[in-house]
Amino acid sequence: MSDLPLVGLPADTRPKRTVTASAGKSRKVRRLNGRDKLVLGFMVGIPTLIQAVFIWIPMLLSVALSFTRWNGLALSDIKSNGLQNYKFVVQDYPPFWPAVQHNIIWLAFLALVATPIGLLLAVLLDQKIKGSRIYQSIFFTPVMLSLVLVGIIWQLMYEKDNGLINNLLRTANTPHAIDWYGNSSINLWAALVAATWRHAGYIMVLYLAGLKGVDPSLKEAAAIDGATASQTFFRVVFPAMRPINIVVVVITIIEALRAFDIVYIINRGTNGLELISALIVQNLVGEGQVIGVGSALSVMLLVISLVPITIYLVRTFKKVD
Amino acid sequence: MAPQESAPSAAEAESGFSRRTVLKGIGFGAAGIAAAPVLAACTGGSKPSSGGGSGGAVSKSVTVGSGSSDDVPKRAYQAVFDAFKAQSGDTVKVNTVPHNDFQNNINSYLQGSPDDVFTWFAGYRMRYYASKSLVAPIDDVWDSIGSNFSDALKQASTGDDGKKYFVPNYNYPWGYFYRKSLWASKGYQVPKTFDELKTLCAQMKKDGLIPIGFADKDGWPAMGTFDYINMRTNGYQFHVDLCAHKESWDQQKVKDVFDNWKALLPYQDPSALGATWQEAAQNLGKQKTGMYLLGSFVTQQFTDKKVLADIDFFAFPAMAVEGQDSVEAPIDGLMLTKKAANNQAAKDLLKFMGSGKGQDAYASIDTSNLQTAKDADTSKFNALNKKSADIIANAKHISQFFDRDALPAMANNVMIPALQKFIKDGSIDTKNLEAQAKSLYAAQ
Repeated sequence: MSDLPLVGLPADTRPKRTVTASAGKSRKVRRLNGRDKLVLGFMVGIPTLIQAVFIWIPMLLSVALSFTRWNGLALSDIKSNGLQNYKFVVQDYPPFWPAVQHNIIWLAFLALVATPIGLLLAVLLDQKIKGSRIYQSIFFTPVMLSLVLVGIIWQLMYEKDNGLINNLLRTANTPHAIDWYGNSSINLWAALVAATWRHAGYIMVLYLAGLKGVDPSLKEAAAIDGATASQTFFRVVFPAMRPINIVVVVITIIEALRAFDIVYIINRGTNGLELISALIVQNLVGEGQVIGVGSALSVMLLVISLVPITIYLVRTFKKVD
Repeated sequence: MAPQESAPSAAEAESGFSRRTVLKGIGFGAAGIAAAPVLAACTGGSKPSSGGGSGGAVSKSVTVGSGSSDDVPKRAYQAVFDAFKAQSGDTVKVNTVPHNDFQNNINSYLQGSPDDVFTWFAGYRMRYYASKSLVAPIDDVWDSIGSNFSDALKQASTGDDGKKYFVPNYNYPWGYFYRKSLWASKGYQVPKTFDELKTLCAQMKKDGLIPIGFADKDGWPAMGTFDYINMRTNGYQFHVDLCAHKESWDQQKVKDVFDNWKALLPYQDPSALGATWQEAAQNLGKQKTGMYLLGSFVTQQFTDKKVLADIDFFAFPAMAVEGQDSVEAPIDGLMLTKKAANNQAAKDLLKFMGSGKGQDAYASIDTSNLQTAKDADTSKFNALNKKSADIIANAKHISQFFDRDALPAMANNVMIPALQKFIKDGSIDTKNLEAQAKSLYAAQ
């Protein structure tokens, strides 16, 4: 089964197709011959291998490394370090708790502001207004832009003396100019606005597909029963999009956990923009590499991420059963 | 997108770690965050290939790995190699890598299949790889070029084991830059002591200027101020020992540094944390700020010839000890990789780099730095270069820069956030600095 928008296809087309297909080979299923086994083996084996090599093995090694101290040179330099890395992160590493806090704010903001905006856009554009396609493209563009461009665009908006916002506020080049990126009490919100700009477009597309899949007769029935437009939406249409809603919730949580790019572009996640993912990169990439600490941070993020992923998978598989 | 990406070569070292390519970050961010340490781990296992490659005494070719990817330094190094080729007949093959990538990947680069010679920096960054035997000692090269360098430079090229590992090419001093015309019109005098500096700052503030330009969005520029106040308060040796974590961070001497710095905080540009050094340089050029402490590469920002001619600088004022004996002047140069230990052509190239002729070839293209060899041609120096050279020549101690003298992780992961917080609210937790330092230095 799939939770993807496809689910909205008219429900009766698929079983029919299956019937015609299986009617063609009504013969008794032969046992798999050697070649079939080989092909199947490849088809299952290669993805499994890729999965193992690129995800599972590195992940397990990361977990192992998080209990060690290592300078990244010879393997013989790896020294056991017990839980010291975790202790270091929690007790001695000043950016850690702000990062956790910022990730939570990030999640709350995406869930309470960005996602509803995406839903609103989708509902608006689902009406048969003129130029709907054009608006859709405009709102979806940020999702497709490369990060370099996103950075440049928001730099143009937020720059202290040359940026658009401060010039519109007429504070540019004055002592009152708002330091959007440098002031650690507002730069997180500036980054969240930029994140919303991308996230809303993404959510919008998902909901547009979802709305298209809702059976129009549901709306008509509601209208006949005398429901208002908002009642129709919140009591009938929105619950009917349940599969999409679940996907959106999962996507929102994942986006909040892996939020990284925008803060990294602004100032590499320092001075008020600390996020767990940015700390991981700082500790693992480049000369400032501290493999043990970086691994410990990644394991922590992994464990946090497992919670929503597990809930999602459990729900999905329940339905299959 | 990193607007600071356009930083010039001379700034590479300080800015390098802080200007990692965005792409790289994104790559790691996207590629399953939990998998990242192992990507690093993969490179960790390979042992340095010994002796192979282009080794052998008869080799007539040498490969160079260069992190000098900006246009001017890239052409400047090419000029050096061309001149070397013309003199020796040996062929030189250059592999230029964007400087952020080069620095970030140096661990795996040196352990994989590196070139014979590579561009690098003096300081802890050099001694660290020397102590891990990833680079080859070049005492035989120094036998022939030794007389061409001052003792301070010799010391800066020496590893912990007393062997030489590094051939200096150029360096550049850090100091307070200012506009002569502005100072002349207001009657400001160059401050010799810290008290004079504070008085001058107060006067400038009264005159409606921001006394001290400051930019620390990238995190590293503030280390210059820290280094100078530390050396003027506690002396050069303390700086070295602190950077090597032979001294504790949690002691009164370190607190004194921050207490002294606190006196300057009200005079620093309040928007420092949102600004890059390029922006701060522009503010100096526009006479919005009175002075700005940075490396002499700051002059590359002044494209207007009139402004450039109006720029001068002075050494950091004296405070408690050693007067103005110490100058922060990071050195860039070349090193020999392990695999090229027996490559005569590579050693000849290093000798050439250590000669005035080789360094002049570099300086003929990149004029923002100073040659380090004694027999280099200084006749083309402008006034600013001459002054820079004098200050370095008269210095009793040459420090590198915090991120070159200290463990990179200490500079990158600990000092950047700590200094940014200090600039923001004037608070510093030396106990925590020590706790972090203890853990990080132990991991090496």
